[in-house]
Amino acid sequence: MEFLSYLISGLSLGSVYAIIALGYTMVYGIAKMLNFAHGDVIMVGGYISYIAVTRAGLPGWLSVIVAMAVCTVLGVIIEGLAYRPLRSATSLAVLITAIGVSYFLQNAALLIWGANFKTYPSLISGTLKLFDNKLSIPYVAMLTIVVCILIMVGLTLFTSKTKMGKAMRACSEDKGAAQLMGINVNKTISVTFAIGSALAAIAGVLLCSSFPTLKPTTGSMPGIKAFTAAVFGGIGSIPGAFLGGLLLGIIESFAKAYISTQLANTIVFAVLIVVLLVRPAGLLGKYVPEKV
Amino acid sequence: MNFLKKSKLSTSALRDYCSFPLVTVVFVLITILNNSGKLNKSMQGLLVPVCCYIVMAISLNLTVGIMGELSLGHAGFMSLGAFTGVVTSQSLIGSVPNDTLRLVIAIAVGALVAAFGGFLIGLPVLRLRGDYLAIVTLAFGEIIMDIVNCLIVGHDENGLHLIFNFTGEKTVADLNLAEGGTAIIKGAQGAVGTKTIASFAAGFILIMITLFVVLNFIRSRTGRAVLALRDNRIAAESMGVNVMKYKMIAFVLSTTLAGMAGALYGLNFNMISADKFNFNTSILVLVFVVLGGLGNMLGSIIAATILYILPEALRGLADYRMLMYAIVLIVVMLATNNPKVKNLFMKIIPKRKSKEGGAAQ
Repeated sequence: MEFLSYLISGLSLGSVYAIIALGYTMVYGIAKMLNFAHGDVIMVGGYISYIAVTRAGLPGWLSVIVAMAVCTVLGVIIEGLAYRPLRSATSLAVLITAIGVSYFLQNAALLIWGANFKTYPSLISGTLKLFDNKLSIPYVAMLTIVVCILIMVGLTLFTSKTKMGKAMRACSEDKGAAQLMGINVNKTISVTFAIGSALAAIAGVLLCSSFPTLKPTTGSMPGIKAFTAAVFGGIGSIPGAFLGGLLLGIIESFAKAYISTQLANTIVFAVLIVVLLVRPAGLLGKYVPEKV
Repeated sequence: MNFLKKSKLSTSALRDYCSFPLVTVVFVLITILNNSGKLNKSMQGLLVPVCCYIVMAISLNLTVGIMGELSLGHAGFMSLGAFTGVVTSQSLIGSVPNDTLRLVIAIAVGALVAAFGGFLIGLPVLRLRGDYLAIVTLAFGEIIMDIVNCLIVGHDENGLHLIFNFTGEKTVADLNLAEGGTAIIKGAQGAVGTKTIASFAAGFILIMITLFVVLNFIRSRTGRAVLALRDNRIAAESMGVNVMKYKMIAFVLSTTLAGMAGALYGLNFNMISADKFNFNTSILVLVFVVLGGLGNMLGSIIAATILYILPEALRGLADYRMLMYAIVLIVVMLATNNPKVKNLFMKIIPKRKSKEGGAAQ
């Protein structure tokens, strides 16, 4: 029973990582940039939802929509102001700019909401008890897993069936060719950022529901972990991000339970290193041979 | 200007060799200012850390600028150097009473351990490429931090005692130190009660050594091989350059220097915890390198100095200082990398050059 409950908490944590990793991987696939500010968009999403619930008195589900709307706008603004002017610059320059944006968001949050952590009011409380109370599953965990699966299916359908999704895939293959075929590359990248940021808002709400402390640096560590998850599954691949996130969550949960709380992160990163040595492009990543 | 034309040095060589006298002049100026009491307490406190971060920036520039591989875990090697340096220095207090000699030994041991760590980590890391290499260095940086957080080290007359506290239950008492023994590293608290022996002069000498080593390395046969690998790996490989060997040499050199900087840094504070060397520190150094210019050592020195002092100088803005720092960072990156802004500069600069040429003739 213990094993099952660790597995479920791992799956729930992994689902949050997977949702964040989807945002990383989509942006990486299209814009070929590591968006280090993604973790901080999660934090903003958490704060917006917190304010909507506590100050404005909105119901939980509505606060999620408000958070998504704000983060979507934020994501598009960040892309337009900070990343779009650097489209032709080296990837290192874009990376440093992303770090600047990340600092900016963290410190803006610090100024607006203060350094003291806020206790996030859980959207759904209570646990489902099974097998004579031997196994208890928080409803939040179940919701997280379901939302993650829905998002995953939705995104897969979106990228394979819709016109915009096809445009995204075309842009990630070859921007120049896509432009020649009449695809508006800038608009496509903006939409990608919008979707990624909306996902980050959902992840922020789910993350804060499970771990209810909210402070300006809340998003950093989950951001790094989700980035690891995206690389783990093969960056640029949507199913890869899903798989990587879930595996990372499960490994972390088991490492905490059976090996050592202190070394949980070390074990997660060690597994990542081993995977990358065996499969240099990640679990589901495409290995592209270099042409001379 | 005639001197420039007659000398056969290229501009980059000239810039590199100018950095020695420049650093010396700045060091002398600051020492004079400091001795006449013109520097306030907070500025004095910044002197040694600035030296350490300059060495870190040069060392990371060797990896990112010269070797061409992005490393996001450089602070990990600084951490290795810092904690081995502290342990060495603290356990030698009895046998080596001379502070300067002990500092040199501590830095040397810190450098050795960081070099060994760099070698071990380089074995898997340097086989990967691009963003994958970056994420694995990030992972190693976090792993080093976690492991140091679990260490409990003490010293008594019987020598060093070390336990690895991975269950989180062990304390200093479990070291079973003899009477008069001291705990040096207390797990997550980090190194506590360190006797601070770092000095600004030591920092200056370390910068000079680093510059000397790195600038000579770049111009050596090995350095040229590393540069060739950066510019075109496949072409260099087909000319018989051993990829793994040369990347490893450059990487280990870089981590050695980071270890030296770390040892000096660790011995500058009474107490220091492993969290000081987290991902944000790695990023901070990377920002110095990128803003200073890839492969440009003088640029790294200037960027590290200005950017490390900037938050201190912006103290007047109180809570807004880190926000200002972030905005400055974004604006500088946009200004130096946006093609439109670049073209604007290009239009101005050739004009000035042609004018200078005309004047010389």
